[in-house]
Amino acid sequence: MDLTLKVWRQDGPGEPGEFKEYEAKGISADSSFLEMLDFVNERLVEAGEEPIEFDHDCREGICGTCGVMINGHPHGDQKGTATCQLHMRKFNDGDRIVIEPWRATGMPVIRDLIVDRSPLDRIIEAGGYVSVNTGGTPDANLIPIPQMAAESSMDAASCIGCAACIAACPNSAGQLFTSAKLAHLNLLPQGQPERYERTVAMVDKMEEFFGSCTNHAECEEACPKSISIDNIAFMNRDYIAGKFKDRRKAGQS
Amino acid sequence: MTTTGRRSDTKPARKLPWILEFYRSDVVKKWIMALSGIILLGYIAAHMLGNMKVYFGPEEINAYGEALRDLGGHLVPRTHLLWIMRIGLTIAFAIHIHAAYSLTRTNLQARGRVRYDVPREYLAANYASRTMRYSGVIVILFVVFHLADLTWGNANPDFMRGNPYANMIASFERVPVAIAYIVANLALGLHILHGVWSLFQSIGANNAVYNKWRRYLAWGFTAVIVLGNLSFPIAVQFGIIS
Repeated sequence: MDLTLKVWRQDGPGEPGEFKEYEAKGISADSSFLEMLDFVNERLVEAGEEPIEFDHDCREGICGTCGVMINGHPHGDQKGTATCQLHMRKFNDGDRIVIEPWRATGMPVIRDLIVDRSPLDRIIEAGGYVSVNTGGTPDANLIPIPQMAAESSMDAASCIGCAACIAACPNSAGQLFTSAKLAHLNLLPQGQPERYERTVAMVDKMEEFFGSCTNHAECEEACPKSISIDNIAFMNRDYIAGKFKDRRKAGQS
Repeated sequence: MTTTGRRSDTKPARKLPWILEFYRSDVVKKWIMALSGIILLGYIAAHMLGNMKVYFGPEEINAYGEALRDLGGHLVPRTHLLWIMRIGLTIAFAIHIHAAYSLTRTNLQARGRVRYDVPREYLAANYASRTMRYSGVIVILFVVFHLADLTWGNANPDFMRGNPYANMIASFERVPVAIAYIVANLALGLHILHGVWSLFQSIGANNAVYNKWRRYLAWGFTAVIVLGNLSFPIAVQFGIIS
């Protein structure tokens, strides 16, 4: 199939950048979106031009490295998949595809389609972990966990940190990402000792970079893992509770 | 790693008193907007229900106005309880607006100046949720006019203090005023349609058991309020009450 690509090109952080049009002829309908970009890049290199830079790694939808805005939809308009899982058969011959990087003040463009997603790492560093002191490995299933709670935690944990939620949000809010990371730990018994400390620290860190939630739920639509905005409500509740909790009494169950 | 344009660059590092530190968080602002929203929704419902007295004749609604001023009976000085309610309501209104203003600025900054080339095609956000700031501004302007019209009387040439029935008729008999009331109440309807659903999210009262019912509640509440409020100018215009 033959396509026309309109791609954002930017030489480096803070550089002006502009859209450039590329003809992509003879693309296989079986190739993935990223393979299509590889193909275009090979031709650009052969022609002595700079290839289009984009983030990618596992190419099977589990690492969260890839992600671009495709015709105004994060990861394309196919629901519940990352850019790497989007195939060219979803497009029509002769289509014009606009490819843009994620846009948010907190995630500036590094080059072409690559943005700086390190704020997400800063949020995880603020509390997205469980402190485990060294010692013998505990027996599996030693701590009883209700099945439904384990499932909800696992649903939240499926977040791959691609930042599509931030890209989709009209306020560039990082709430779906942060709340998924919080729910993942806060729903489990192992996450309880640091629950409120973690919530306050991660939300405060998030607010240094991103906007606030206006409950549009666009993030849920864009999420390649279809993570629910119910996690955001859970985060809001824990944050307020965390602000009022007396940490000296946190040892009670 | 670049640091340009981060919100942390502009945030003050100085420690504020607890209550201000608490209010600085966006999550807290949304929580406070939800709580003040609940107070305002309660007021709107009571206001609409109280005004229904107009259908029972001038004596009924004028007695209702008098009862409001006499709230608390012999237990409190006259009009004091009404004033406490008015002040509480004003505070809730002011905080709701300030939080909205502050969050809007934060969000515009977080989004940045560079927009996507392809216009946004909303998948989940509805008209009501996207127009909150505009419907909110219409409601603010309307409240000012409404007070001038039926409480202070400056915007109503035939205003008679202590006679709400006559004032209401005099006001709604003017066609432009009736239209303004209808438009403002439709804007209010849009605002509370998203607000009633959204406040559960902001205070974290979500529950998969009744999540679906939050939509029904929002539609039901909005329908009752809007239809009730719209009935007054329409009834006067069609001469049902005069």
